[in-house]
Amino acid sequence: MREIQVSAITDVVERLCIEANTHLPGDVKCAIETCRACEDGAIAQGVLDKIIENYNIADSENVPICQDTGMACVFLEIGQDVHLVGGDLREAVDEGVRRGYGKGYLRKSVVADPVRRGNTGDNTPAMLYTEIVPGENVKITVGPKGFGSENMSAIRMFKPSAGLQGIKDFILETVELAGPNPCPPMVVGVGIGGTFDKAALLAKKAIMRPLDTHNPDPFYAELEEEMLERINALGIGPQGFGGKTTAIGLNIETMPTHIAGMPCAININCHVTRHKTEVL
Amino acid sequence: MEKHITLPLTEEIAKTLKAGDTVYLTGTIYTSRDAGHKRMCESLAKGEELPFDPKDATIYYVGPTPAKPGQVIGSAGPTTSGRMDAYAPTMMSVGARGMIGKGARLPEVVEAMKKYTGVYFGAIGGAGALLAKCIKKCELIAYEDLGAEALRKLYVEDMPLFVIIDCEGNNLYETGRAEYLKK
Repeated sequence: MREIQVSAITDVVERLCIEANTHLPGDVKCAIETCRACEDGAIAQGVLDKIIENYNIADSENVPICQDTGMACVFLEIGQDVHLVGGDLREAVDEGVRRGYGKGYLRKSVVADPVRRGNTGDNTPAMLYTEIVPGENVKITVGPKGFGSENMSAIRMFKPSAGLQGIKDFILETVELAGPNPCPPMVVGVGIGGTFDKAALLAKKAIMRPLDTHNPDPFYAELEEEMLERINALGIGPQGFGGKTTAIGLNIETMPTHIAGMPCAININCHVTRHKTEVL
Repeated sequence: MEKHITLPLTEEIAKTLKAGDTVYLTGTIYTSRDAGHKRMCESLAKGEELPFDPKDATIYYVGPTPAKPGQVIGSAGPTTSGRMDAYAPTMMSVGARGMIGKGARLPEVVEAMKKYTGVYFGAIGGAGALLAKCIKKCELIAYEDLGAEALRKLYVEDMPLFVIIDCEGNNLYETGRAEYLKK
């Protein structure tokens, strides 16, 4: 049994909140630059050039890439041989978010109540996801999630008879409806299977997966490629001004489901798809 | 077409701007988003004055990050304009003419733009670090309690924008995509 102080988790969360918000992951930059090379329209090229210039400024000046520094989605994979000591885990994670968003000059975008509103002032609470895994490490991922894109996400409980066609149509319909709102080029996360809630979680995990990877199942890997191509044929383009690059990536995650259902969730993210991981 | 515009956004200038134009804006603009618009429209309903003169004003839908020491403002890209659709016609009815944001608008906003000669500009969503570079002055003028959503007066220089919807109702989101699909 390995003991880990929860204060160590606070420190990592603090650091990851700042780093994720100021430095775009390499795979996302690479996808944007590849798309820029393929665009032929003047407006589309101009928009992608400015997007590239923007993340370069963020990198060199250590400033937030986007003003929507998001809700702090914190994923913890906790080894089953770890004993967390020295305090409350939930509070330790929130303290990391509080410090990161304070010291990093990040925007506080969380309201305490969904209906009555009221900013919490420190971007807490974190959206915390914990999973128990084998081993004696704690893997911490922070993925700040903006809401311009989150608002364009969707979930549907399909009948199994809808089949693959139903899923394909739903993906295209959701991207079409999102249009210019989620700051395209976007990243599309698709979660299929599980229960109502698990499908949504799979979709969230899908946008956290690097864009230069495919689903290990060749059936879904092919579906990822096909749907990305079809989304980019819609012509929405960078910022919705028309062009080839509507999405820079599409990832699919799946899990078993019930004989009576086929849940499908689509989580939309923008070109500022942020995530940063550290292992304790 | 590429155009350099100096504010305020008069009716005369507004009429020269066409959907698809690239515009570099210089002058004073005001920031407001969800909570600020709600409050301004409540004030107007009560017959109170706005915290700034709305005549020919341009409003930027933005909630910036806090400024670091030495910075004028933090990252400051546009937020989704559709959430201000409920308030935009009211704002135009008292003289505000320019809107800067991103994303689709409702038909009633476009109708109000035709009626009041309004212009909807798009800033690049997610380019907050870049857009902050054009903001040379920032002054908090009202609703400080709203934090990132407080009303700010900004002075911008050559802010890079696109005309998304012009005062005749032409829409770059429709024409840009249609043009691409024709190819």
